[in-house]
Amino acid sequence: MSTQNTTLSALRKAPDLRRFLDDWVMLLAAVAIFALCTVLIDNFLSPLNMRGLGLAISTTGIAACTMLYCLASGHFDLSVGSVIACAGVVAAVVMRSTNSVFLGVSAALLMGLVVGLINGIVIAKLRVNALITTLATMQIVRGLAYIFADGKAVGVSQESFFVFGNGQLFGVPVPILITLVCFLFFGWLLNYTTYGRNTMAIGGNQEAALLAGVNVDRTKIIIFAVHGLIGALAGVILASRMTSGQPMIGQGFELTVISACVLGGVSLSGGIGMIRHVIAGVLILAIIENAMNLKNIDTFYQYVIRGSILLLAVVIDRLKQR
Amino acid sequence: MQAQTTTAAVTGSLRFNGIGKRFPGVQALADISFVAHPGTVHALMGENGAGKSTLLKILGGAYAPSSGHLQIGEQALSFKSTAQSIASGVAVIHQELHLVPEMTVAENLFLGHLPSRFGLVKGAELRRKALALLKGLADEIDPQDKVGRLSLGQRQLVEIAKALSRGAHVIAFDEPTSSLSSREIERLMTIIARLRDEGKVVLYVSHRMEEIFHICNAVTVFKDGRYVRTFEHMSELSHDQLVTCMVGRDIQDIYDYRPREQGPVALKVDGLLGPGLREPVSFEVREGEILGLFGLVGAGRTELLRLLSGLARTRAGSLELAGRPLPLRSPRDAIAAGVLLCPEDRKKEGILPLASVAENINLSARGANSTLGCLLRGDWERSNADRQIKALKVKTPSPGQKIMYLSGGNQQKAILGRWLSMPMKVLLLDEPTRGIDIGAKAEIYQIIHNLAASGIAVIVVSSDLMEVMGISDRILVLCEGAVRGELPRARANESNLLQLALPGQRSQVPGLSERSL
Repeated sequence: MSTQNTTLSALRKAPDLRRFLDDWVMLLAAVAIFALCTVLIDNFLSPLNMRGLGLAISTTGIAACTMLYCLASGHFDLSVGSVIACAGVVAAVVMRSTNSVFLGVSAALLMGLVVGLINGIVIAKLRVNALITTLATMQIVRGLAYIFADGKAVGVSQESFFVFGNGQLFGVPVPILITLVCFLFFGWLLNYTTYGRNTMAIGGNQEAALLAGVNVDRTKIIIFAVHGLIGALAGVILASRMTSGQPMIGQGFELTVISACVLGGVSLSGGIGMIRHVIAGVLILAIIENAMNLKNIDTFYQYVIRGSILLLAVVIDRLKQR
Repeated sequence: MQAQTTTAAVTGSLRFNGIGKRFPGVQALADISFVAHPGTVHALMGENGAGKSTLLKILGGAYAPSSGHLQIGEQALSFKSTAQSIASGVAVIHQELHLVPEMTVAENLFLGHLPSRFGLVKGAELRRKALALLKGLADEIDPQDKVGRLSLGQRQLVEIAKALSRGAHVIAFDEPTSSLSSREIERLMTIIARLRDEGKVVLYVSHRMEEIFHICNAVTVFKDGRYVRTFEHMSELSHDQLVTCMVGRDIQDIYDYRPREQGPVALKVDGLLGPGLREPVSFEVREGEILGLFGLVGAGRTELLRLLSGLARTRAGSLELAGRPLPLRSPRDAIAAGVLLCPEDRKKEGILPLASVAENINLSARGANSTLGCLLRGDWERSNADRQIKALKVKTPSPGQKIMYLSGGNQQKAILGRWLSMPMKVLLLDEPTRGIDIGAKAEIYQIIHNLAASGIAVIVVSSDLMEVMGISDRILVLCEGAVRGELPRARANESNLLQLALPGQRSQVPGLSERSL
């Protein structure tokens, strides 16, 4: 018996190391890249640049938190870029006509929630593929953003609205604080609530989850509704930073968010995903982009580099699974 | 060892020379050596997990052996890919056929080497060649038909024709009859006999004893990835000798049947109709009773369980649980009422492969054991998983281990643990021991008995005759979507169960339904 136990524990050691690497390697990579940039690039660590980096992380980071749930359940959402633009426009338009910041922000969030609910209901109840559904709503919502804004940016004059994007608390910009809260909240939600665990169960094996009594349809609808709501929040913050609602903003943003998640280790086929994956992916993308800007690398080359990094990350992930 | 007695080099014999296969942490095969001669049908037998499938995968080039090599005639072979195996004249006909359903029969037959000129497919030549290949095998198949429209049996014939078109000398069949109708089985047997007479080496993997005795000339038995013995002459072998050789112990004692007290009626099914059922189904099962549901593939057993578990909608009829009507709109309704299903296909419908063992166990019961219905309680999560793992003897290095790394038997126990965490009244088991080794089987029978003894009504669907007879108090036989009969344990035997399960007045076809272990 004792010999059997020792062989068992010997067998256990190797997977433990592997599990540790699987869980933490990308976050460690993010830290390493950060350290490398600190050493190699002048001004990288300057307060001004750190602030810029933090703000760059915030929009992607907030949207990536809930994209994690879409991906973990085996789906994804392409409409988030349009939702961000439309939310900014809706907030600006409503504020212009009612002069109420509260009404403007509420209308924007409500719009995001409704788009998310429509996505969720069509995907869960009508069993339409998430790619097609959100591809359609992506275009619809983008169109609506242009219609509401009459094709051009809508300026905001309410000073108090700028708190979301430009305010500070203890010297830290508000968007960064909101991002941190989102990381903590959605990380907790995923691991410590039935909703979070059911999300993972659906992504891991939908058929088994259904047979085990998980309310699959309702969970999916909530996932997309929350994603719409949080996307709209990101849009409001962006509009506040830019002091206007811009209908053309955030094109291709959905792909950046999905890239960040996948780069960090979230599985595109569902069932694997943790908030630290999201944090790592968002950090790596933002740091590299920031470094390239500081080094004055041409935008055209930046696309090539970003794409190559994503490709490399998924290839490594594939090789790890062999 | 017996295999080595016929060392005379027969041209065209297939030799396995010390084949071994290691996977990380598992020795799947060790030192397999035997010879299969041309002009014979050679059966490979053993329990699930004995190594037959791994051996066929090595033969087909899907796996490279870790040690040893294959030999056909004088030529030593070591396949690194499926293509190499095919080029050396080996064809493995798998359970899941490798055909493209959306393409025509002719295109499938010549996939990879379609007759063409300048990249344009020569339609007339393709058709002519395909007809020539199918002649005598399956004359009724039109080469222009899409494969997706053929029956499973016909698809298998297309696969055989494909193998022959590539000049296969060694043809291996992996459980070829598991989803065929009796007529299709008959035809397959004729074709296999013809291949044998043409001097091919035919390997035949099946669990069905009657088929083995009907068609095979020799048999090699495996156990736990090791070679046990080769019997060169089937005629000198008895059924019992073969089973004893495979199992290594007497079969009766694994069921460990003990009579139990039965309570009032737990579940009453009255005139139930739904997808897969041709006639209204009515029966009752009592508290503490184990009811076996036996029938051939397609008899409606799984469909009936899907109706009872709320997965499929009933068209007519009613269910009563302990005297109260039980309307089912979804699996959630059934689960809330305590009617719990362990599905047939564990991998597809049972486990969350990427999640931990603990996660798989806690999945269903955690809603009721959380704060406000949504906040998980860490103490409950840990203690419940530990309790079930201990009670059901789930062999796992830790509760955090991903369940996909566990054996089939331990996965099944974890799913049972999921339901044991819930209030249970009726347990529905669909093929509870399929793909599970004999040791774990015995443990699962024990668990089922204990559950019944504690007053739970158990319904077990199985296509394994021995299993149904071994554990049930009463057996309901289904045939073609209708109940054909009911037998108490004392009156059930192989022949009357089969008689009821076989459709129509068709003669008893060899090996149609018996799956012994």
